[in-house]
Amino acid sequence: MKYLSNKIRTLTLVTVIALLLAVFFYVVIRSGPLAPIAVTVTTVTNQPITPALFGIGTIQARYTHRLGPTVAGRVQNVNVHVGDKVKAGQILAEIDPIDLKERITGQDAALKRAEALTIGAEAQVKETVAGAAFAASQASRYSQLFEAHSISAEADEGKRQENRVAEAALATARANLDAARQDRERLKADRAGLIQQQENLRLLAPIDGLVVARDAEPGDTVVAGQAIVEMIDPASLWINVRFDQSRTAGLRAELPAVIARRSSSRQPIAGRVLRVEPLADAVTEETLAKVVFDPLPEPLPPIGELAEITVALPALPAAPVIPNGALKRANDKNSRNGVWIVKNKSLTFAPVRTGATDLDGQVQILDGIKEGDQVVVYSQRELTKGSRVKIVDHLIKDTP
Amino acid sequence: MISLAGRDILKSWSKFVFTGVGLGLLIGVTFSMAGVYRGMVDDAKALLTNSGADLWVVQKDTQGPYAESSSIYDDVYRDLLGMPGVARAANITYLTMQVRQGQRDVRAMVVGILPDSPGEPGYLVAGRQITRSHYEAVADVATKFKLGEHIKIRRNEYTVVGLTRRMVSSGGDPMVFIPLRDAQEAQFLKDNDAIVGQRQRTAANPALNRPGVPGLLDAVIESQSHNPYVNAVLVQIKQGFNPEEVAAPIKRWKHLQVFTRAQMEEILVVKLVATSARQIGMFLVILTIVSTAIVAFIIYTMTMGKIREIAVLKLIGTRNRTIAAMIMQQAIALGIIGFVVGKIVATIWAPMFPKYVLLIPGDAARGFIVVVIICILASLLAIRAALKVDPAEAIGA
Repeated sequence: MKYLSNKIRTLTLVTVIALLLAVFFYVVIRSGPLAPIAVTVTTVTNQPITPALFGIGTIQARYTHRLGPTVAGRVQNVNVHVGDKVKAGQILAEIDPIDLKERITGQDAALKRAEALTIGAEAQVKETVAGAAFAASQASRYSQLFEAHSISAEADEGKRQENRVAEAALATARANLDAARQDRERLKADRAGLIQQQENLRLLAPIDGLVVARDAEPGDTVVAGQAIVEMIDPASLWINVRFDQSRTAGLRAELPAVIARRSSSRQPIAGRVLRVEPLADAVTEETLAKVVFDPLPEPLPPIGELAEITVALPALPAAPVIPNGALKRANDKNSRNGVWIVKNKSLTFAPVRTGATDLDGQVQILDGIKEGDQVVVYSQRELTKGSRVKIVDHLIKDTP
Repeated sequence: MISLAGRDILKSWSKFVFTGVGLGLLIGVTFSMAGVYRGMVDDAKALLTNSGADLWVVQKDTQGPYAESSSIYDDVYRDLLGMPGVARAANITYLTMQVRQGQRDVRAMVVGILPDSPGEPGYLVAGRQITRSHYEAVADVATKFKLGEHIKIRRNEYTVVGLTRRMVSSGGDPMVFIPLRDAQEAQFLKDNDAIVGQRQRTAANPALNRPGVPGLLDAVIESQSHNPYVNAVLVQIKQGFNPEEVAAPIKRWKHLQVFTRAQMEEILVVKLVATSARQIGMFLVILTIVSTAIVAFIIYTMTMGKIREIAVLKLIGTRNRTIAAMIMQQAIALGIIGFVVGKIVATIWAPMFPKYVLLIPGDAARGFIVVVIICILASLLAIRAALKVDPAEAIGA
């Protein structure tokens, strides 16, 4: 009996120890550096891809009119508020004319005086014309009498002299009239000039548009060129988009674009590339382009709102395609990206040349692998040559 | 020959095994502690490996970008590309901050990367790499973010498009990768209230808001809200060059600090982890002493429990060597059970730690030797007591 129980005891002990050792070896082999690395694989397929470009930009108005005076002055009144819709020619603001009105009144008075002077000069011309005519007829009559020897030569001579005096008086009166008329014209021009100046102090809307800023208030002193009112043409809204320079291959005008405004990023709207700016931003390393709405949304988006722009490029013909997660940076300095090809559970690193990529992370491979190859997409750890791998469906639950 | 130790263990094997399991739990704690240290060092090394760089170019006289803050102009990389031996150079930014997702926020290191450049995560476990130049993120799984979720960094919302693993800062914070330009903005961007306040302060400054110079204020504000800095430039060198050779002219002529991989490891492991390492080292020493003491007590009590039997053995003329061997064999068997159990439990609970715990087989091997030595040492006390026993005790004298 004792012997039997000893046997059972030994058996139990051996079982327990064996169990412990089994668990121990399992743990050593399945975890830590000795364990195989779980990976997921995909088969390279030939697929056409549609590359796209992504940039962000702000909504801007193509035409912004910053209206201000041409000379320094004080603002007298501003007739519009931000958000007002205005018609071309409408008075938006006025600059204090100071003494301009008085100067026009003075010019008016001066003009009236000039008119009066002109009338006086005209009357004088009339008078001298009459005097000259009388003197001429007197002179001719005396000359006949002198030829008939009825009067002395002295009397005839006297009348002829009187006639010449009257002619000179007429010329003088005519010159006076001319001067008076010129004077009147000058004053008229002066007055028109002052009125023009008065007009210039009124800031008129150059187009039908929308007031977007009111930068000065009545009483403010503004310098020449300083804006009092800013207005835009709402129909001319566009988006100034910045694209990372390394990803702008293929960007050109007339490509369709999708605009996702920050305020409504879940409801993108249509647009198109109007032009790619010839000047890129050298500091931020971005290429600039203008994208227009197609058509313009109503109500108008606020100017300055951020928008995400996706520009679709034409689809490319089918080529071997892999997800960009499968693309590994080479660890050696010779840096050529590549993929891990799985064949019979062993890994080989294949350097590849990549082509176009789309925004969903699909990359076309120009050479290095062929259709049907099995490549590693996700891995639990960095892979190296000779890594033991275990192929699984997914590494994180609920993800492909 | 009958193994005395084996017979004795067999007599009360359950007591023996449970004692071994208890000891094993203690040894498991010790292994985990060592694993915590290895994990810290590995975190630091993972940070360097993941960046894929051969050289780190940082601000002069700093030990950035991990151990100290460093900022250099973002166009410096263009100068570096022209230096001999430089194959690739890429700007990078690091900023540890809270990343919000819905109601919770996660402490993470936000890394600003350029696509297909050094610094990009080397492998993914789900999703894809960043393809858009803005508002996309690849997060470490430790952040517990899921694919397609929207996370908030400062003012902007980012979509998680990819997940990676073991991408951590030297402090063990998981990384979130976002496009460089967004990261530069995030690093610099103040909250909206601060921006408005800043604008008002600028506008109130008569030197900057001059009535006679329209546009000056706008220009000043524009220049205030722009960040042309990055934390470091990661450089990969051409084949055939050695890192020091490439670093020297950059240090000398570009007036920047350059670290090689070895120097960076030194900074991270020796300087950053040093205090924590000593802390853990101290703990390990105490744990070892405690384990030794516990094994010694256990063996001693076990020996004392059968002192009568030992006396009988002596009485029948068993040699001292045989008795000592019996006690020592029992101690070693206990140690082996403890080691096996310790290794198993440490492996089981290692993934539950919030930070990375790395159990190295080499550590386990070393641990095994230490355990055996401890058990031998601990059995000495019991052996001494057993040998001192008077055979007369066996007959109750």
